[in-house]
Amino acid sequence: MSLWVDKYRPRTLDELHYHDQLSARLRSLAASGDFPHILFYGPSGAGKKTRIMCTLRELYGPGVEKLRIDQRVFVTPSNRKLDVNVVQSNYHIELTPSDVGMYDRVVIQDILKEIAQTQQVDLNAKQRFKVVIINEADALTRDAQAALRRTMEKYMNNMRLILCAGSTSKIIAPIRSRCLLVRVAAPTDDEMSKVLHHVAKKERFHLPDPASDAIISSSSGNLRKALLVFEAMKMQRPDLSGDLDVAKPDWETYCGKVADAILSEQSAQKLLEIRGKLYELLSHCIPPTVVMKTISERLVEKVDDEVKKQIVHWTAYYELRMRVGSKKIFHLEAFVAKIMMVYKNYTLMGMMDDIDMF
Amino acid sequence: MTTFASKSAGSGSDSRLQPWVEKYRPKTIDDVSSQEHTVAVLRKALASTNLPHMLFYGPPGTGKTSTILALSRQLFGPDLFRSRVLELNASDERGISVVREKIKTFARETPRHVGVSSDGKTYPCPPYKLIILDEADSMTQDAQSALRRIMETYSRITRFCLVCNYVTRIIEPLASRCSKFRFRPLDSTSSQSRIEMIANAEGVNVDSGVLELILQLADGDLRKAITYLQTAQRLHSATTPPTPVSNMSIHEISGVVPTDTIDDLLRSMGVDPESGIDQDFLKGGFEAVKNNIKGISRDGWSAGQVLEQVHDRLIPIATIGTIAKAQAALAIAECDKALCEGGDEEIQLFECCLRIHAAMAR
Repeated sequence: MSLWVDKYRPRTLDELHYHDQLSARLRSLAASGDFPHILFYGPSGAGKKTRIMCTLRELYGPGVEKLRIDQRVFVTPSNRKLDVNVVQSNYHIELTPSDVGMYDRVVIQDILKEIAQTQQVDLNAKQRFKVVIINEADALTRDAQAALRRTMEKYMNNMRLILCAGSTSKIIAPIRSRCLLVRVAAPTDDEMSKVLHHVAKKERFHLPDPASDAIISSSSGNLRKALLVFEAMKMQRPDLSGDLDVAKPDWETYCGKVADAILSEQSAQKLLEIRGKLYELLSHCIPPTVVMKTISERLVEKVDDEVKKQIVHWTAYYELRMRVGSKKIFHLEAFVAKIMMVYKNYTLMGMMDDIDMF
Repeated sequence: MTTFASKSAGSGSDSRLQPWVEKYRPKTIDDVSSQEHTVAVLRKALASTNLPHMLFYGPPGTGKTSTILALSRQLFGPDLFRSRVLELNASDERGISVVREKIKTFARETPRHVGVSSDGKTYPCPPYKLIILDEADSMTQDAQSALRRIMETYSRITRFCLVCNYVTRIIEPLASRCSKFRFRPLDSTSSQSRIEMIANAEGVNVDSGVLELILQLADGDLRKAITYLQTAQRLHSATTPPTPVSNMSIHEISGVVPTDTIDDLLRSMGVDPESGIDQDFLKGGFEAVKNNIKGISRDGWSAGQVLEQVHDRLIPIATIGTIAKAQAALAIAECDKALCEGGDEEIQLFECCLRIHAAMAR
């Protein structure tokens, strides 16, 4: 038995629940026979991948759903071997080159050349070109993106690219100018409740409104999260009535605790204690950026307006440093220490140091 | 549709499938839009059939690759093009080993003399070969320095053409061996005539003002403009019956954030897009900015794009004081740097907007 997220994932463009205009546009593109390279972008859980698969199905028919998983080996110029998992059907190939870190360029070059230089053999195929899907395109290195540029133009006859990214900021301009940009916005609250009710109907039970509201407010536009929470809730409490408490993930509560600790006492002793908590979070593979953002969100809820600005400022400051630096825990700690300082200054003396370093 | 599918499965290359960018690449250097200065110099070189090593640089979509391809076609003709021109770009492996082997071997071969071309025309066919290194700024330093000596040793029988966006990424010794050509962003008249030509040739049905909008959004990048036009045409010709291309769909394709969204964001920062700083809007404070940023990131707009548009909208407002504006500009610049270095979009944009808010409130 599969999870509801997969079980009720729309398979065709007609089944999609929201962004009707976008679906219509994708349908007409698929039918025109003149399919461009596409860059899908939008927040996670908005349905980018679902739309990509639906578009593929529209292009090639049900054949694309016969997937097989291969492990491919690529050799870097320095003779290192890279293993990459590749999902493919007869008509498309899907890969996540950013998995191999700085060697993603090799993977891109090899795979694209291979696909681009072989023509479609299957004469019954609906389209002459194959489709290459690249996940997490915004995590590709600049080199890898540069490697895409000319290939995209040169081999247009045999291949189309579909890129999937969280945002377009990290995609270099030459690639953006070669793609059709498709924005997949997160569903609105109404659209989410429509989907939740649809799933409930298919599972043959009634979803009370307070329950659906609780789920929606906790998932902030991430439909995947909403459906997972929904299923978990249903398991715990089959009747879905009464006082519903959406189970927050452990790490979120834990981050909340860190925030409380920061505000309760500002001392070196406390910092040491928090450091333990941070290590705990990191060792459970919670991305450090998410940890920092969540802590800062919790903090902002509990302090005065003046301090809020400071907290956001220092979050941004240390988040960037964390990105540029290499050891995450240093910057998390520095962040906590800084916030403690700012807060203590404010509570003791009502003083704010000037954010702006003009 | 069925007729089309069978046709496309049978025939070799269907011109309908070709991107217009490729289809309407200039055939001769005289067709190259704008860039009069470069073209004039190259025309002289073509007449005397003597070329220097060349370095083309300029922003994307200004015709660098097109120019060199057209030039080499005019020099060598279709038959010799394959044997005399080596085109390498960033999608090819271009490490130091390739420079040492592939480029060196190619540079070393002495070109054969060939008489009349198969299509009956005579081409200048100068006695040297051309190596085009497209996107040269993505070559490593080592690979570039390996080129230095090769360029000199074989300069009798080989010419190099480096094409890049940023001339600063080409090492000095290489740059000094080449004559540099700067490609300027296209001016509006020449790009307009080009895009009108393509629109007519493809029979694109457009609403009034659409072409102007495309050019405005493309901002001197002709490739972008042509791609927008083709994509819009695809969308509109696929509907039944085909509709003329509208402003709305161009906006949607280009990924530009709607002005309303930007204006809302500006208001939350205490700025009225028409009249400047507004005390009523300033009162919204932290929460207003926060809600707006949440909304923007939920809609999936890219922070870089939002930032650019906020800048374009905020800076021209005349009633905002110089100091406030300068502080806002600083905040925007720092946020842009943070985004380039890979900072988290939501938090960086949030911080930037709060700083602008503070600057306006001062």
